[in-house]
Amino acid sequence: MSVQSPISSVNDFVVRFANVNGSGSASANELFARAILRHGVPVSPRNIFPSNIQGLPTWYEVRVTEAGHLGARGGVDMMVAMNPQTWDKDVASIEPGGYLFYDSTKPMPSSKFRADITVIGVPLTAITNSTYTDPRQRQLFKNIIYLGALSALLEMDPKLIEQLIGEQYKGKEKLLSSNVHALHLGRDWALQNLKCPIGLRVKKADKVGDRIFVEGNSAAALGAVYGGATVCAWYPITPSSSLAEAFTSHCKKLRHDPETGKAQYAIVQAEDELASIGIVIGASWNGARAFTATSGPGISLMTEFIGLSYFAEIPAVIMDVQRAGPSTGMPTRTQQCDIIACAYASHGDTKHVLLFPEDPAEAFEFAATSFDLAERLQTVIFVMLDLDIGMNHRLCRPLRWDDARQYDRGKVMTTEMLEEGRDFGRYLDVDGDGIPYRTYPGTHPTKGSYFTRGTSRDRYARYSEEGPVYADNMQRLVRKFETAQDLVPRPLQANAAKPTKYGVIYFGSTAPAMDEAIEMLEARGHQLDRLRIRAFPFHSSVASFIADHDFVYVVEQNRDAQLRQLIVNENGIDPVRLVPILHYDGTPITARFIANAIGDHQDHLKVTPLRKAVS
Amino acid sequence: MTYIAKPKFHHPGLKKNELGYTHRDYEGKISTLCAGCGHDSITASIIEACYELSIEPHRVAKISGIGCSSKTPDYFLGNSHGFNSVHGRMPSVLTGANLANRDLIYLGVSGDGDSASIGFGQFAHSIRRGVNMTYIVENNGVYGLTKGQFSATADRGSKSKKGVVNTDNAIDLVAIALQLGATFVARSFSGDKTQLVPLIAAAIQHKGASFIDVISPCIAFNNHAGSTKSFDYVREHNDAVNRLDVLVGREPIHVDYAPGTVQVVEQHDGSRIALRKLDADYDAHDRLGAMTFLQKHAAKGQIVTGLLYVDPEAEDLHAHLNTVDTPLNALEAKTLCPGSAALDKINASLR
Repeated sequence: MSVQSPISSVNDFVVRFANVNGSGSASANELFARAILRHGVPVSPRNIFPSNIQGLPTWYEVRVTEAGHLGARGGVDMMVAMNPQTWDKDVASIEPGGYLFYDSTKPMPSSKFRADITVIGVPLTAITNSTYTDPRQRQLFKNIIYLGALSALLEMDPKLIEQLIGEQYKGKEKLLSSNVHALHLGRDWALQNLKCPIGLRVKKADKVGDRIFVEGNSAAALGAVYGGATVCAWYPITPSSSLAEAFTSHCKKLRHDPETGKAQYAIVQAEDELASIGIVIGASWNGARAFTATSGPGISLMTEFIGLSYFAEIPAVIMDVQRAGPSTGMPTRTQQCDIIACAYASHGDTKHVLLFPEDPAEAFEFAATSFDLAERLQTVIFVMLDLDIGMNHRLCRPLRWDDARQYDRGKVMTTEMLEEGRDFGRYLDVDGDGIPYRTYPGTHPTKGSYFTRGTSRDRYARYSEEGPVYADNMQRLVRKFETAQDLVPRPLQANAAKPTKYGVIYFGSTAPAMDEAIEMLEARGHQLDRLRIRAFPFHSSVASFIADHDFVYVVEQNRDAQLRQLIVNENGIDPVRLVPILHYDGTPITARFIANAIGDHQDHLKVTPLRKAVS
Repeated sequence: MTYIAKPKFHHPGLKKNELGYTHRDYEGKISTLCAGCGHDSITASIIEACYELSIEPHRVAKISGIGCSSKTPDYFLGNSHGFNSVHGRMPSVLTGANLANRDLIYLGVSGDGDSASIGFGQFAHSIRRGVNMTYIVENNGVYGLTKGQFSATADRGSKSKKGVVNTDNAIDLVAIALQLGATFVARSFSGDKTQLVPLIAAAIQHKGASFIDVISPCIAFNNHAGSTKSFDYVREHNDAVNRLDVLVGREPIHVDYAPGTVQVVEQHDGSRIALRKLDADYDAHDRLGAMTFLQKHAAKGQIVTGLLYVDPEAEDLHAHLNTVDTPLNALEAKTLCPGSAALDKINASLR
């Protein structure tokens, strides 16, 4: 075997922890990621977990990235192999020259290792068992002990870790000191018995700034609080459950009447997704801001109600934390695969507004904005998160709120307006924007009541099956959707340093990988203009961006190029001009993948022209 | 049909209730159901009950699913907001509406197809949550709008108009409602307005999940010999355990009962109902007893009607969730939005 020199890198490497689900490793691993952040070095951690509570393999990957590349990188520089079940696969996945950290209590045959990596054995079980007798303590502290050993190997500042432990166990002195003790058990053993540091090192930097470290689901839930949501109905489904649960915990802290202690919100864990969206529609019809959080299978179940929201024009907000489908698919893997399902959800002719946040900060903003949009447009708004954004801690800009901001409650005819004798037609387009006025139930004793229904009706909400009346209403709904175009978040364009004929369109959680891929492509000599789409219906700048380029790559995380389909379909674009770049194996898309796929295609385009046959 | 405008004029001498409204003020559009439909009698009973209670019509939200029964909210309380939602999903829409504004009166109108088949789950869960509502099922044992298929409340052995015998067991929504903790449970018959009107009025006054199963014969598809939901069959097998009178102020709505055997039940909000026992053994405060009584009589082919169970100390979903007294839809941004200072603190905790 060739001699492979160990990888040497400061603040730029990937550590992956291979654990058994339910072993308590998650909090130790998160502590590791947070500790690196405290060094002023950005990290991008990801949970790779099974649909299981205890026993199956789970991984936690921490990308240490002083350059701030927050997408998944691919490859592993150091494997912390704590799971015998996945040992072979884990060892095989280490980059040549990488490091293997393992529990050396039991001797392992040399065939279980690789010659081209550095093997670091720490007798974790032996250390743990000689210190602790309680089995649960043994399991939990073993995680902290390996964290201690890693801190020595990677030359981390133990003070910063202790500080974090201090914050975590504030007021629980016993837990605090025992955790610090375990940390030093591992650290001291490593310092005494191993060559520290190794080639991978964490060095203090100042690259984190005022950024925060938060999960997208939690940020979106907070956006719902700030956006004034008072009713939340949901049904547990991975990866969206933590969004509704976060809404509950945010509300407990932020939404109780200081005098009476009573709740200024209502949260119902419904019996299924049909009831969830039914409750949301009922509440919104009655003038409250309401939302549900779900994932693909939930969207499928909700489609009948989504059609009602569209046709009867009732506001609703659905936060779809996407996971790999179809059917049950891969419930704990990420994808952007509900684009078409949401854009056209329901039987009959429907189109819905979709928002695509790129990270938790934007999830917060879009979640708050979605309630304004839902009430302004009187229709369902989808906030399209995915597992990668929703269930991972992501470093992002701090959440901001402008105290001067007012909620846009949309066109609501009040008692006073009715008293003034304003003509109220529930489906009457008074302003030419396709948006009619509505009244809340109970507004006026004799004016403004109407009968809401999913059947066809005239401008005054009277039942009608007359063709022209139906068509008139359907046309108004189209007008309303056109109005939406200018209300939703606009696409963001970033041009290459040099003029180029090529562009790339991307959205959502692909953003950090895309930004990094652009750098890689530039290094390969490929210049690309970028357009990050943030909403559907597409703003006119999407069509002009495509018109301005010979070819536009559309990067997405699904098999069928769903966003591309939507662009082709809605903007009448020649499909040949949109080159799909598709990643859909359930892992988050990486810069390497994008750069390779686009780079290869670009190389292909540089075909030497056929020479004319010269006699 | 619905294009026929209902004339607005009425006799100047029409009786007015406490709020000065006449009967006409509680009516809606002209019914498009078949002449003689049991559902129209229920509509009339709802109008009567709301008139008698002097409810402001616009303070009622009437919500329904899909089917003949679910069309009826268009035929009463024309000044109320109505919502003809999705098949079987009235309970969830009503639950959401109720959460948004606890101050309105919620009237859920559904049918046996809507509540016992496609919406069986939603029926059950809205009951077990204790949503403050009056849930009326207009039960005819048949799918009328699709022309006569059996519904899930059709009794086993009953015969369809085409002569098919039902081999599936029937769902008794009253039994389910009792089991799931409804705090007001009644059964009545569309052909017995004197029984039905006070039941509806008492259910509206009840602060909790009120459920009324109203047997309502389908004149077009389920009113023949061999049906157990026909006018004749229900009249013959009706076993009323009590009669009810709602006391508004000090006066009962109906005073046509003989004195004696009357029990006055005071509900949580102070409203009172007078219960006149017809069956001396029946106790409307005994949930378990009610369940047994129903089963025994059902086995004998009898249809037990009346107020079957009431819990005067009922709690509703808002009490369980400890929500504020102000309706959630009336809370303003300054209450709902924690503002930038709170957000700065949250940001700081995430570093």
